[in-house]
Amino acid sequence: MPKSAPSKSTRGNSARKQASRATPAHQTKPGVEKLPTHIPGFDFIARGGLPAGRTTLVAGSAGSAKTIFAVQFLAAGIMEEGHAGVFVTFEDLPEELRRNMRSFGWDIERWERENKWAFVDVSPDFEDPTPVIGTYDLGGLTSRIVHAVKKIGARRVALDSLSALFMSLPDAAALRGELYKIMTTLKQLNVTVIFTGERTDEYGHVTRAEVEEFVSDNVVILRNLLTDERRRRTMEVLKFRGASHERGEVPFTITDSGIVVIPLTAQELTQTSSTVRTTSGISRLDEMCDGGFFRDSVILVSGATGTGKTLMVTQFMNGGMRAGEKSLLFAFEESRDQLIRNAAAWGMDFLGMEKQGLLKIVTAYPHAMPMEDHLVAMRKIIEDFAPERVAVDSLSALERVFSLRSFREFVIGLTALLKRRSVASLFTSTTPTLQGGGSITEKHISTLTDSIILLRYVEVGGSMRRVITVLKMRGSRHDPDIHEYTIESDGMRIGEPFGRLTGILSGHQPDSGSGTEVPSADSTSEGDELEEATEE
Amino acid sequence: MVHRPRQSKASNATKAYSFVLFIAGDSLRSTQAEQNLRRMAEARLGGQYDIAVVDVTLDPERAELERILTTPTVLKSRPGPPRKVTGDLSDMDKVMLALALPE
Repeated sequence: MPKSAPSKSTRGNSARKQASRATPAHQTKPGVEKLPTHIPGFDFIARGGLPAGRTTLVAGSAGSAKTIFAVQFLAAGIMEEGHAGVFVTFEDLPEELRRNMRSFGWDIERWERENKWAFVDVSPDFEDPTPVIGTYDLGGLTSRIVHAVKKIGARRVALDSLSALFMSLPDAAALRGELYKIMTTLKQLNVTVIFTGERTDEYGHVTRAEVEEFVSDNVVILRNLLTDERRRRTMEVLKFRGASHERGEVPFTITDSGIVVIPLTAQELTQTSSTVRTTSGISRLDEMCDGGFFRDSVILVSGATGTGKTLMVTQFMNGGMRAGEKSLLFAFEESRDQLIRNAAAWGMDFLGMEKQGLLKIVTAYPHAMPMEDHLVAMRKIIEDFAPERVAVDSLSALERVFSLRSFREFVIGLTALLKRRSVASLFTSTTPTLQGGGSITEKHISTLTDSIILLRYVEVGGSMRRVITVLKMRGSRHDPDIHEYTIESDGMRIGEPFGRLTGILSGHQPDSGSGTEVPSADSTSEGDELEEATEE
Repeated sequence: MVHRPRQSKASNATKAYSFVLFIAGDSLRSTQAEQNLRRMAEARLGGQYDIAVVDVTLDPERAELERILTTPTVLKSRPGPPRKVTGDLSDMDKVMLALALPE
């Protein structure tokens, strides 16, 4: 079994464990225990889960997936932990929920038979409404919920949605008081509760005032926005009283297995924790990197077409094979056959590696599938195959189909996932010009990567030569020199430092003539390039 | 007030009007609702009634079966189609109307 992110729990069945493996075990402040929801990605932004034994408001506008969140909270509890759950429905009929949620693979009927799920049906009876005369309390509801919780030994309770209740009963003030009593009763039963509430604006009050007033310690907001003419769903943990959580909105998507949150916390990306080195597959490059890439680092290889980016990827995979590591290649530009043929031409046996289970090639076309869906699909493959190294060839292909914002989020999301799993990753990016220059890709993601390797063409004495340099390597010394390299029948051969040239990286070479002059006045151009490549 | 067992069907069968009153524990509101219901039945239904009181905290299954959300709730089970009304039943005229009882 290869390295993976630390699994925070050994309980429950393992069938769906994969989905939540990416969730790190976060320490929370003492006093507030967290209950992992097992909603993929959510426990990361919630730093471990929802405050256990407490009540959390999940607020969102119409169509923001509140009901799915509520149902998934119980479904994931059943599937991952064997936690029984009570679903109190104020809006949808139980029959509708049983039917609609089946498409996510949640068999509520079966869980009901197994006493893992119980409905408390408080959906409005339109045919036979009950008029209210005088003052009332929610004694009926309370006793039914308590009864259901005790009957199946529930650990989780979801109430969806309280706004519907407020619409069907008069005297909001009295209702708030009654709901507060229910929450207090539930607290004594030691269940973790979520209730949903409707918002009228995406960025206004948390909910229609009535709901937020009585419970506001823990609030999660779901948003369904229209930006750049595209739907965009985001989730935000607004507050957890006395407990920590990630801040800000993160995208989420609804897959055929429910909500998947895509945490985009760039902060964690800057931390390279591993000091273990792993080979690039090219021994001279390992030397230039002071012993190889870091185990959990992300390396960006930038170069113009034909400089040998795919070759570097191939050697990276081959190096993995020799080290007995599993490699995964996401190829967005070349077909599988092409990749295998090219590798064979350099004497590397991709087919054999696949047979040994040490390589998986995934070719995909970066069509206009939403960024979130690309990421979710890739995450699934990564979790299933559990590779120790991953290559993406090339990011530029994806950059072309995403908006800039989406592209950056995609890279953050993918990088976060790979780092959590301590996967050594090589991303390639294609520069638009043959000589010098950086690509848009680099400009926007260079700060997210640990190392940048540049492959460049240089014109020397009337011939085109190739050079390589390690531009940055986080947390390590590296060879600052620019080396010439050639592409031989067995791969990349890196030579000696190309000491007598300047302006190579910027593409603005002085008339190099014999290729031997070293004009010191021009030595700033390399620095400029570095600035450009690493600026935010 | 204590939780009383429901009256047997045999004794109910003779009365023209039959009610089930759902209450939650011995609250003031529970007591008032029962008093209001009995007062109304005595005054308007000529004593031809029976009332069963169900405490939902003691019989939550029954509350689930009848889908009781709020308490107190009175269910008129006879005559005619069942009707429910919730609250402390303080306004006799409104209760009569809501339960479709004859004036």
